Amino acid sequence: MSAFVVANIAPLMFAALVVFLLLGYPVAFALAAIGLSFGFLGVQFGLLHPVLFQALPERVFGIMANDTLLAVPFFTFMGLILERSGMAEDLLDTIGQLFGPVRGGLAYAVIFVGALLAATTGVVAASVISMGLISLPIMLRYGYDRRLASGVIAASGTLAQIIPPSLVLIVLADQLGRSVGDMYAGAVVPGLLLTALYAVLVSIIAWSVPKAAPALPADARTIRGLKLARRVVFVLIPPLALIFLVLGTIFLGIATPTEGGAMGATGALILALLNRRLTLSLLKQAMNTTAKLTSFVIFILVGSTVFSLTFRAVNGDLWVEHLLTSLPGGQIGFLVVVNLLTFVLAFFLDFFELAFIIVPLLGPVADKLGIDLIWFGVLLGVNMQTSFMHPPFGFALFYLRSVAPAKEYPDKVTGKPMAPVTTGQIYWGAVPFVLIQLVTVGIVIAFPSLVTGSLTRTTVDPSKIEIQVPTPDYERDRLEGESSPDSSTSKGNSDAAAKREKPPEESNPAEELERLFKQSK
Amino acid sequence: MTMRLLLTLSRAIDWLNERVGRAVLWLVLVMVLVSAGNAVSRYALNLSSNAWLELQWYLFAAVFLLCAGYTLLHNEHVRIDVVSSHLSRRTRAWIDVFGTLLFLLPMSICILWLSWPIFLKAWASGEISSNAGGLIRWPARLLVPLGFLLLTVQGISELIKRIAFLRGLIPDPAESHAGPPLEPLRDEQDANR
Repeated sequence: MSAFVVANIAPLMFAALVVFLLLGYPVAFALAAIGLSFGFLGVQFGLLHPVLFQALPERVFGIMANDTLLAVPFFTFMGLILERSGMAEDLLDTIGQLFGPVRGGLAYAVIFVGALLAATTGVVAASVISMGLISLPIMLRYGYDRRLASGVIAASGTLAQIIPPSLVLIVLADQLGRSVGDMYAGAVVPGLLLTALYAVLVSIIAWSVPKAAPALPADARTIRGLKLARRVVFVLIPPLALIFLVLGTIFLGIATPTEGGAMGATGALILALLNRRLTLSLLKQAMNTTAKLTSFVIFILVGSTVFSLTFRAVNGDLWVEHLLTSLPGGQIGFLVVVNLLTFVLAFFLDFFELAFIIVPLLGPVADKLGIDLIWFGVLLGVNMQTSFMHPPFGFALFYLRSVAPAKEYPDKVTGKPMAPVTTGQIYWGAVPFVLIQLVTVGIVIAFPSLVTGSLTRTTVDPSKIEIQVPTPDYERDRLEGESSPDSSTSKGNSDAAAKREKPPEESNPAEELERLFKQSK
Repeated sequence: MTMRLLLTLSRAIDWLNERVGRAVLWLVLVMVLVSAGNAVSRYALNLSSNAWLELQWYLFAAVFLLCAGYTLLHNEHVRIDVVSSHLSRRTRAWIDVFGTLLFLLPMSICILWLSWPIFLKAWASGEISSNAGGLIRWPARLLVPLGFLLLTVQGISELIKRIAFLRGLIPDPAESHAGPPLEPLRDEQDANR
């Protein structure tokens, strides 16, 4: 018995994790507890030395001092302030009026706003819920096909996964040991491609089945002409300016994501203040949700750190590596298996669990197989997004279900009774969009240059970059016990320092712009 | 009788963590403003202070550690509910009882116990950040045991509440804060509808 345990401790540990996670106890604590109990088992069997546990508080300390993760509360806070101060509503309303006369106009508006919201909030739940609440009743009122209406909302909401400043990309960058700026830059083209493909799908439907996506009738277009133009300018410019401020400075390497996030959050506060929408209760709610989200996200990381401390100590990483490198087909075989695995796991696990449990195991193997980690991260991002849209488990569909009318309801404007949206309609509506996302996964696999082509910095001077990239977590983990407070602190700081040291070569804004222009050609 | 006493203890713990949470969430705003201030002063004035930079992550750590108990109180630590959502409330309460006893309490007490001496050492030695002009370390070192202490006591309170529910003394404690994470928006907008 004990010989069996000793020989298979890593697989057993992984199996125990799966079982206990499925029981439904909070992920963070289950992870940590399994790490600790298998650690004690390992000590009992003489596989590990008890000194291992002395490293735990330092690990927690390392997470506290992580400069990249600091961006998580900032972007969450910024998104919540913008979203609840009514920006999403204004945008949807104005752009809906603008595109109203076109067939399928409201659907285009949802896609466009979805992409814009994604670029300001980066939280799927927030995007899906606010668009579901605001635009679903309007689309139903004017006779949109229910499947199309719900599909387009859920799909546009999931754009928040992949379009910067997505939290997903920040966490992936941190876990893969790459810079957030590069991860953002790599995700731009696939994100925009996806947005464009959604729009193409809507136009095909609007053209072939006009009844499914009618234009707004004339009496529904309440504002037009100069007034509309002015509204477009006033509603569109502030969020666009903010996006430029935040993403632009990060892409150009002027600001670290943490600084960008902090300035974005302050900018959101200022915008809400200028619109006279900043109330004490709004502020408190945003802080409350931010604090709780930060706490549960970081605690999952703490839990997975405890888990991985033991898992690596019993050579679990080597077990995973062996499993994955022995696959037939080298890189392609690995990618196919990993993508299928992520796709299936994402039915059960939320993004953060995936990123903190699975990605640290896969990252080193991908690196060893010569796979670009930015490309790998973006690919995982697009893949998870597909999973979140996939019936019957997709999270985006759950969120939409929670805000879509489940019973017959009177329409707000016409007062006519409206039929509910069935779960079946939501599921079927998702299907064409899931297909598009799968195609996009294929495209990203087939053309890595879509991702890597946008990375300005790595193409400038690769030899220099090598030095500046902070040591990835999984390599640090091997140097167990060595993670003194200052080495872990300096990990966070060196990330920021690497950013700050770079400007000498980029200090001339004109040169930087020129390079960007060349890149865009 | 003992149960009544324990429930009083549980209410006291809930009150404590609610207070701590409501106070600590203001640090989110402070953190945003401090970091934005740091960024602006670095670009506009070319000034950069290690003390202010370190304050950023001290605040970040304070938010996520000190809110751990508060987040548990509101049942917002992420669970995977694919299976558990099909189970009865009583079964879920049993899972929580065992989870708290076997997972949460051993884990948080273990980290509490390991991190306390590190704080004492930092306190006694007056350890200071190795960065020039950096902050003194003991407040950050103190945050770890403090956060895990709040988490431990909240775990005890949740345990009491689950047992009381299983004995039919109180309504389902998980019910009052149900709902997927990240979704307080919905409640509020439902109310507006």
